[in-house]
Amino acid sequence: MNSLTKLWKWTDDRTGISEITRFLFGHLVPPESKWLYVFGSATLFSFILQVVTGIALAFMYQPSAENAYDSLIYITRQAPFGNLLRGLHFFGASSMILFVGIHMIRVYLMSAFKFPREMSWVTGTIMLLLTVTMGFTGQLLRWDANGVWSVVVGAEQAGRIPLAGKAVAHFLLGGDTIGATTLSRYYAIHVFLIPALLLGLIGLHLYMVLKNGISEPPVAGRKVEKAGYREWYQSMVNQRGVPFWPDAAWRDATFGIVVVAAIFLLALIFGPPAIGEPPDPSSINANPRPDWYFMWVFAIFALMPPQIESAVIAFSPVVIGIILLSLPFVQGTGERSLLRMPWKIGIIVVLLTVVTTFWYIGSRSPWSPRFDTKTLSSAVVGNVTPAAMKGADLYYKKACIYCHMISGEGGRRGPDLSNIGNLLTRDQMVIKIVNGGGNMPAFGASVKDGDLNLLTEFLLTRRR
Amino acid sequence: MNENPPVKRTETRYSFILKLIWAAAGMVTLIISVPVIAAMIEPLLRKKKEIWRPVGKVEEFKIGETVLVSFRNSSAMPWATMSERTASWLRRVSDIEFEAYTINCAHLGCPVRWLPDAGIFMCPCHGGVYNRDGSVAAGPPPHSLDRYPVRVAGGNVEIRTSPVPITTLF
Repeated sequence: MNSLTKLWKWTDDRTGISEITRFLFGHLVPPESKWLYVFGSATLFSFILQVVTGIALAFMYQPSAENAYDSLIYITRQAPFGNLLRGLHFFGASSMILFVGIHMIRVYLMSAFKFPREMSWVTGTIMLLLTVTMGFTGQLLRWDANGVWSVVVGAEQAGRIPLAGKAVAHFLLGGDTIGATTLSRYYAIHVFLIPALLLGLIGLHLYMVLKNGISEPPVAGRKVEKAGYREWYQSMVNQRGVPFWPDAAWRDATFGIVVVAAIFLLALIFGPPAIGEPPDPSSINANPRPDWYFMWVFAIFALMPPQIESAVIAFSPVVIGIILLSLPFVQGTGERSLLRMPWKIGIIVVLLTVVTTFWYIGSRSPWSPRFDTKTLSSAVVGNVTPAAMKGADLYYKKACIYCHMISGEGGRRGPDLSNIGNLLTRDQMVIKIVNGGGNMPAFGASVKDGDLNLLTEFLLTRRR
Repeated sequence: MNENPPVKRTETRYSFILKLIWAAAGMVTLIISVPVIAAMIEPLLRKKKEIWRPVGKVEEFKIGETVLVSFRNSSAMPWATMSERTASWLRRVSDIEFEAYTINCAHLGCPVRWLPDAGIFMCPCHGGVYNRDGSVAAGPPPHSLDRYPVRVAGGNVEIRTSPVPITTLF
């Protein structure tokens, strides 16, 4: 026995490493647990990547409202591999959110949350909430103008919580207003508080996999009954089970490698989200947008009727939480196969369709005035009278263009006016501009007779 | 027969001591949690003050015009520079009358922009629109732009620092 082997034997004897490893990796799993079972571990691998890249970023990041922005510029533009590191952390976060979602859908469709695995679902739901919170707090740690205004928007939403709204909002702002202490609390929450909670919950979540076993793929007609399920499962894995490593876990490892490699490639090719304007709360040149995983929520806020909005903001998280947390208790036993519950596919399809639709709308955000538009190009204006030419100038100056598109130039908030000349007479246009209506403000006070004539002169030339 | 039977614990004493340990642990936890929680909710415990901040000489502002002015928050920390700045859209209504609107949209707090030629405020987030007097012209905002208290003192226009307006449900 050479000295290295001796050292290993001694270490193993005193620490019990191989004993715990055998317990963790040698446990028997149903042989049918194949590629559909890799999404939980993909989430875990993404989380580990987040911890590692997050620690690296924290070596350089200055967690202060005054300096965070400059340190991010430094990390992005000067620090060796800093840009790549930020990219890894961003795509790692995206991956974590993506696989949490897929993992959850898989568990739902296979009814793997039923007895005795109810608490796996409950801890998973809590971790979903924590993961989303990590995404939000991470976005604001970028601490550019977008980060600052994300805090404000978050606080405003919290303000709709009944009774405690104002206190919660000021808790989130770190004071009455955005200030020198705002960023520190998000640093503490993002870097210490939630990761600590996540680590504990991941431990519990994994321990329950060992304690209750990986749920076997459902078979139509094989119902879960509280009496006898555990004994049945134990004898099933004793007879047919295969050791987790390597028989099942090679797939987790393979998929995990692919995921991490993909994150690396995405970070390399696309890089991290750009840093925006400096975090000056007195600058109004901000155009706050959430990261992609919140884009659909952003769209819902823009589109829902204002009358119900406060109630929706205040109560929908509670309702969603109650639905998710009560699921394994409402459907705790019985049939698991989708063949017997095809409607579950319907629920997922509807949910995904709704979310994807809002996502798409959110990414276009047609309700946002386009402040970055310039005057209409001469190609669009075309060969028109001098009066109509002046009207085209007014179309920009009077902010019409921020909301109304003409031949592909301008915003999407209001109707496209490319052929408004075919649709409205001059008098109808005047009435509409002066009085507004619907989502259009009344411009009677700011667009006077002369300008009104020029503007309508121009609009009348818009025909097909 | 066993000559030395195991000492029988007097159950009441044993459980009393256990309870004492639990109680002591609870007390210690409680005591420690006071400064911990205080640190987390420090912003709520901070002494509130509202200060009149000068934002410019009266004659710098033209009647009927709306301009962006910036000033420092009341809670400004000694180490703060940029992060404690805040802004207001200030409109000179008449010789002596000023109105100071918050830059925060009443919908979800995004910074509204004043478009002087069009005579409206517009919000970039969800397209809320306000008239020059801050009243809602279109879009999702539930009420007018909030206002800061504003006064003229010693030839200066002064704005009283106030919390970011939070729209509440009830």
